Amino acid sequence: MIQVDNLHKKFGKNQVLSALDLKIEGGGIFAILGPNGSGKTTLIKSILGMVVPNKGSISVLDKPIKSGWKYRQEINYLPQIANFPGNLKVKELIAMIKDLRQKPSEENKLITLFGLEPFMDKKLSTLSGGTKQKVNLVLTFMFNSPLIILDEPTNGLDPATHIKLKNLIKEEKAKGKTLLITSHIMQFVEDVADEIVFLLEGKIYFKGSIEALKTKTEQTNFEHAIAAISSN
Amino acid sequence: MIKILKYSFYDLMRSRWSYVYFLFYLLLGFVLLFLNNDLSKAVITLMNVIIVLVPLIGTIFGVMYFYNSKEFTELLLAQPIKRSSIFIGQYLGVAGSLSMSLVLGLGIPFVMYGLFESNAIWDFSLLLITGAFLTLIFTALSFNIALSNENKIKGFGYAVLMWLFLAVIYDGLFLMSLIVFEQYPLDSFSLAATMFNPIDLSRTLILLKLDISALLGYTGAVFKQFFGTYIGVVISFVMLGFWTLLPILRLSFKAKRKDF
Amino acid sequence: MRTLLLLFCALLFLGNSLKANTITVCASCEVNSIKEGVRIAADFDTLLIKKGTYKEFNIRIDKPLTLLGENNPVIDGQEKGEIITIVSDNVTLDGLVIVNVGTSYTADYAAVRVVKSADFLIQNLVLEKLFFGIYLEKSNNGKIYRNKIKGDAVDEYNSGNGIQLWYSKNIVVEQNTVQQVRDGIYLEFSDNISIINNISSKNLRYGLHFMFSNDDLYEGNTFENNGAGVAVMFSKKIKMRNNTFKKNWGTASFGLLLKEINDADISGNTFEENTIGINIEGSNRINYNNNNFIKNGWAIKVRGACYTNTFMHNNFMYNSFDIAYNSNLNDNIFKENYWSNYTGYDLDKNGFGDIPYRPVKLFSYIVNRTPETIILLRSLFMDIIDFSEKVSPVFTPDDLVDSHPLMKPVVRENKIVKK
Repeated sequence: MIQVDNLHKKFGKNQVLSALDLKIEGGGIFAILGPNGSGKTTLIKSILGMVVPNKGSISVLDKPIKSGWKYRQEINYLPQIANFPGNLKVKELIAMIKDLRQKPSEENKLITLFGLEPFMDKKLSTLSGGTKQKVNLVLTFMFNSPLIILDEPTNGLDPATHIKLKNLIKEEKAKGKTLLITSHIMQFVEDVADEIVFLLEGKIYFKGSIEALKTKTEQTNFEHAIAAISSN
Repeated sequence: MIKILKYSFYDLMRSRWSYVYFLFYLLLGFVLLFLNNDLSKAVITLMNVIIVLVPLIGTIFGVMYFYNSKEFTELLLAQPIKRSSIFIGQYLGVAGSLSMSLVLGLGIPFVMYGLFESNAIWDFSLLLITGAFLTLIFTALSFNIALSNENKIKGFGYAVLMWLFLAVIYDGLFLMSLIVFEQYPLDSFSLAATMFNPIDLSRTLILLKLDISALLGYTGAVFKQFFGTYIGVVISFVMLGFWTLLPILRLSFKAKRKDF
Repeated sequence: MRTLLLLFCALLFLGNSLKANTITVCASCEVNSIKEGVRIAADFDTLLIKKGTYKEFNIRIDKPLTLLGENNPVIDGQEKGEIITIVSDNVTLDGLVIVNVGTSYTADYAAVRVVKSADFLIQNLVLEKLFFGIYLEKSNNGKIYRNKIKGDAVDEYNSGNGIQLWYSKNIVVEQNTVQQVRDGIYLEFSDNISIINNISSKNLRYGLHFMFSNDDLYEGNTFENNGAGVAVMFSKKIKMRNNTFKKNWGTASFGLLLKEINDADISGNTFEENTIGINIEGSNRINYNNNNFIKNGWAIKVRGACYTNTFMHNNFMYNSFDIAYNSNLNDNIFKENYWSNYTGYDLDKNGFGDIPYRPVKLFSYIVNRTPETIILLRSLFMDIIDFSEKVSPVFTPDDLVDSHPLMKPVVRENKIVKK
């Protein structure tokens, strides 16, 4: 599904990713974890083609992505910061994204799920952070794509929505899709993730199941295991 | 790209600033015509406004829009859209809506005052075409500046500085070099210097049409040949085309290589 | 007018007393050439020249005669030299078409030359393909009326003038049309000349040209599209009234050039769309009143020393530059003119602006120095430095102001020049 070979990326003097290799087979939920500044977002953005690598190659769905853009048709991406053009209304934004992707979508189900009906005619600049994040989620999940990338999906969500999101993620997994998730909420990761990809200093430091991680660090608690692996 | 253009344009058409800009020109047109009621004189006054104000507004609007639509851009970047399409589309959206405000804002009062029956129509059309070119050029330049500067304040500063340089300082340096080297033949140099500044270029282009060409031809054969024939108009338009195209090419080139 | 009347009376009187005959000239007549006609004619006879083409040149009229063309007979000089030379007083030429004057670099061949003669009348001629047109040489008291002169001059060095006056006095030049020659009308050492209601256009050099000629008047003429409109040089007491100087566009072209002119009167003229409206060099005591300067590059350009000139009640409208000076000394008076570039106000409503107008811009001073800087015309930078110069003059004469600028243009009654 995703194949990353020898990926290097430097921002100014700051080497963010160095010689990173990653292979993700289809199906399942992969949590990309790591301390602040370890390159999680850079890795995701490289896969999305938003960041141009200095060196190395990335393939998505068995095709190299270099200077291509059509492969993004097969990816649903939830950005970390839910900022949208303020002049647009919610329904216009949804209509616009649908128009841009030209793919069948099921936004109505999601709008009902997150209770967004009263906001459909409001301008995006007037929405609260949490509501914006809900709109963000609708935009991400409304298309049927084999790869879903979520960057901090739980940001600003109330507990009820949090649970709805978890269920949504599990539904998608049940359909056999691949999900990449970054999150700082370890509880959330532990609940949904099948496999952990741990980044440290621009490299994959650990890749495997939660159980394997616990075994490796000799911890019983997932959060402690993560803390332990970071401090090693 | 057409879609992005459409959405950017749509987005801007609903922003307060487009209306302010449009109303400003509308008011300017009416006030000018009300004050002298003479189309040809109003065209001359308008020229002074256009060659100074249009670049300034294009610059500021371009920078502002670029920074303000950062989120929109990032949203689009994750969509299956070509990168250069995103930026060129946005650019055309901004430049298009600005040009439209200019053309409609000035066009309406002039048409109401009987432009079509007047022989000032060609001068006026040229004025609007040049204004539209200046909008395209300065929006493109400001997009370039904004793309190369992550820092908003810096980008804004550079953009205003660029305007100040091209609108005023350039001419000052130009004048000084003409005076310092006055004993040398200067016509080719001054024509070239004009070509390298889109504001000067537009100004001479309008002056050519406003029948001051012979006045410009006063200084010698090169000027005379340039300003006395269609060569001048053709070369000026070609150069304006270059001035529009080069920043757009750079924009698309840089956009492909930038990280977000 | 009076001259004409006198001449007419004289002719009538003489005709009656001497029983003047009419000799008809035509191709099939007994007399079939003009030369022959002139030879056999007695004083004060009339040669009636019928329609046809007469291939003749060097026709010398040495007795008082009237040559009257009927239905525009053509005299074709075949480019061999001068065509008609008048060396007698009281000669009239009327209704002839004269073409193909010879061109020479050594002799000034003319279609009609008048030499040391008086009381002549040259009217209703059509001159084409000429070198010089009508050339007066030391001849007085004549009239040149309603002739059409159309040359095909291309270069100054091998072309002549339409109407040339040399050491001639008391001549009236009226209602002629002169086109495409070197100078439309040229005066040298000729005094008391009236040049009225002529149209002089498309000439290579000047529409009208004065050299060393005094006490002349030109009025109601139109000078359009000439290399330059009118040049008045080294002359005194010339009256220039109600003329139109138009579209004398082009490199260093002007509507009117004054060089070493004293005590002239320039009033009621219109200068429109000339590169320079009036170019003044070393000219003193001239009154400029009620003129219109419209859409010129420079309305007035003053070079060299010009003293005690007065500019009053003129309209300066939409000129790129109103006045250019090349020194910062001023002894001329600008008063009660209308300036379209004036931006002041009139709070006391007396019709005059409350703050003085400075017609000389710094930019025009700079352009005088370095002509190429004209390319910066109407740029923001120039506006800024013009403004600063306006606030505190350094380079331009600080006493050159119109202290009473008019708020509205001077309205002149429609000028109809009466003969």
